[in-house]
Amino acid sequence: MNTLPLAFLGGVDPWVFTFSLVTVAFTIWMGFRSARTSKTTSDFFVAGRSVSVGWNASAISGEYLSAASFMGIAGMVMAVGYDALWYPVCYACGYLFLLLFIAGPLRRFGAYTIPDFAEGRYDSPIFRKIAVCFVLFIGFFYTMPQMKGAGTTLAYIFPGLPYWVGVAVVGAVITLNVVLGGMKGITLVQAMQYWMKLFAITVPVFVLMAVFGGYGSNLGTNDGRVLTAPTAAATEQMVARQPLVGKAPPDAKWVSPFGALTTKAATAAGLTPEQSKPYSLLYTYSLIIALVCGTAGLPHILVRFYTNPDGVAAKRTTMWVMILIGVFYVFPPILGVLGRNFLPELYAATGAKGTDKIVLELPRILNQHFGVWGSVLSGVACAGAFAAFMSTFSGLLVSMTGAIAHDVYGRMLRPDATPEQRMRMFKFAAIGVGGVAVLLGSQVEQLQINFMVGQAFAIAAASYFPLLFMSVWWRGMTMKGAASGMLIGGLAALSCMTIINLSDLKMIDLKTFWVGHPLLRILCEQPAIWSVPFAIMLMIVISKITSKDIPKDIRMKMLVLHAPEALGLKNEYIQEHQAGAGH
Amino acid sequence: MPHSSDRNDTIHSEAFLASLMRRQLRLSIACAAAFLVALLGLPLANYFAPSLMATRVAGFTLTWLILGVLFFPYVWLISGVFIKRSLKLEADEAGEAGR
Repeated sequence: MNTLPLAFLGGVDPWVFTFSLVTVAFTIWMGFRSARTSKTTSDFFVAGRSVSVGWNASAISGEYLSAASFMGIAGMVMAVGYDALWYPVCYACGYLFLLLFIAGPLRRFGAYTIPDFAEGRYDSPIFRKIAVCFVLFIGFFYTMPQMKGAGTTLAYIFPGLPYWVGVAVVGAVITLNVVLGGMKGITLVQAMQYWMKLFAITVPVFVLMAVFGGYGSNLGTNDGRVLTAPTAAATEQMVARQPLVGKAPPDAKWVSPFGALTTKAATAAGLTPEQSKPYSLLYTYSLIIALVCGTAGLPHILVRFYTNPDGVAAKRTTMWVMILIGVFYVFPPILGVLGRNFLPELYAATGAKGTDKIVLELPRILNQHFGVWGSVLSGVACAGAFAAFMSTFSGLLVSMTGAIAHDVYGRMLRPDATPEQRMRMFKFAAIGVGGVAVLLGSQVEQLQINFMVGQAFAIAAASYFPLLFMSVWWRGMTMKGAASGMLIGGLAALSCMTIINLSDLKMIDLKTFWVGHPLLRILCEQPAIWSVPFAIMLMIVISKITSKDIPKDIRMKMLVLHAPEALGLKNEYIQEHQAGAGH
Repeated sequence: MPHSSDRNDTIHSEAFLASLMRRQLRLSIACAAAFLVALLGLPLANYFAPSLMATRVAGFTLTWLILGVLFFPYVWLISGVFIKRSLKLEADEAGEAGR
């Protein structure tokens, strides 16, 4: 290449570049515009609670559909096949689980965040401090895949750009946006970003299917034949298909359950396919538990239940969210399937150049038939990817920054801080959190986006989920029981994730150990199957031991959690509580 | 105001809270069971009946069709039923307490 400072612009597709630029500019403009309308501190934290059902449902969906949903699922389906389908299904089911057991009671209780709930349910400011830690732990694990998505997208738009530069640029832009806009703006931006993401995934899918064959017929060609040259569509009633290269799994393994994703550890240990099947089943169940339970513990999702005016609106919002995210999740796997048939060269690459970018690159194959239109669609897909990681990253940044500014600073360090000081702290904290997220994100190029999001879910499943579920439905819980279960369960999952990541990124060498112990590898990679019951068991045992510490007004607390909002118990509770506590 | 104190007694009684939690939990568990049977049963079907689940339906394998497409409408159905029932349950509970 050359030494010109603009060398990274070499190989840039102008259409892809233009569409992405417009998206980013639009997002930033929205941030600045809403900065003028959101002035008070409460605007920043809960968006003023004045959002309609349609906007709110779109905003929740917009925030929920992260880079993992937009890029990661397709990439993973392409890489490992059937087993990756558990991710989109469990993301949707997890939301249902949240609706069934946790959303209603938590809303009635009127706590803005999980730390608020932890403090209110057990009258314990100490517990709040413990609970805040997990907003940050889960948050950072969840920002890493968003950053990988950012780095991958920028490395696709600018083929000459190193991965870490993309991470740094996107991280800086979003942090600036949050510092200036807060959450009021983000509700509107997030809502629009949902529709942008849906548009950006469905339009390329429909066009590609019209040209290269439908979902079913593309899956149908994966029937185990060995290709040495591209099949010609004209000669048979099948779609054309490119021969597989690189680390592509064979058809039979790819299209059936218990494939490459779940048998990796057993295969490395040299077990036969028959011997490795039970391991594979264990992996699948553990993954399901992590994803379904983990959704309930994501810090940036729960807070949105409070942006509805009342409980009925909250329930209607949730129904819409289920539909909006369900519709979306049908599409990414289709791109993974088409990617396997038409762009198999991605199997040979790793990191930012690997299968995680299939959503972005696949539409470009249309250029061979329709001139620049493939590039235009690829630009649309890039715009959707920007919408995906920008919206989720902003949501996480607001939650994590809120935890630091509102809890650590506003309640622990400087309880007497003025609103202006808190506001300034919010901005400093946003810059700090954004900086750490960029540093972490630049290290994880070799890990799959979807896999990393699964890890954040696994930590949430072993910490916040048991806390919320048990606190809502079991009145025998004590603060000590809840805190120890959440802390030990969550830290156990966190350590497993850290070990797996360090070993997969080759920062520590555990390869020979894993080969010798495939079961341990699976239980460490997908810990939910033991860590969730373990956390719940700890909560029960320790609560039984310390049962004299059950909050005195437990019946009133349970009533507030479960009685219909129409009875107005919340206000009564607040009055009694303030009288009782004497402040 | 005798009426208002009656109302308070009902709301704050142990029996009201117990029935409240029992009815809500029963509804939630029934809905959760409906989706957990499908979610946890599918891996078992894949494990014990691999050839049946690999049957091709319009290009899809049966198990791919269930997991990749049909699961989502099923989840909508369950959440729709839950929301309808739970709103009705809340209205009933509020009515009982106000009586």
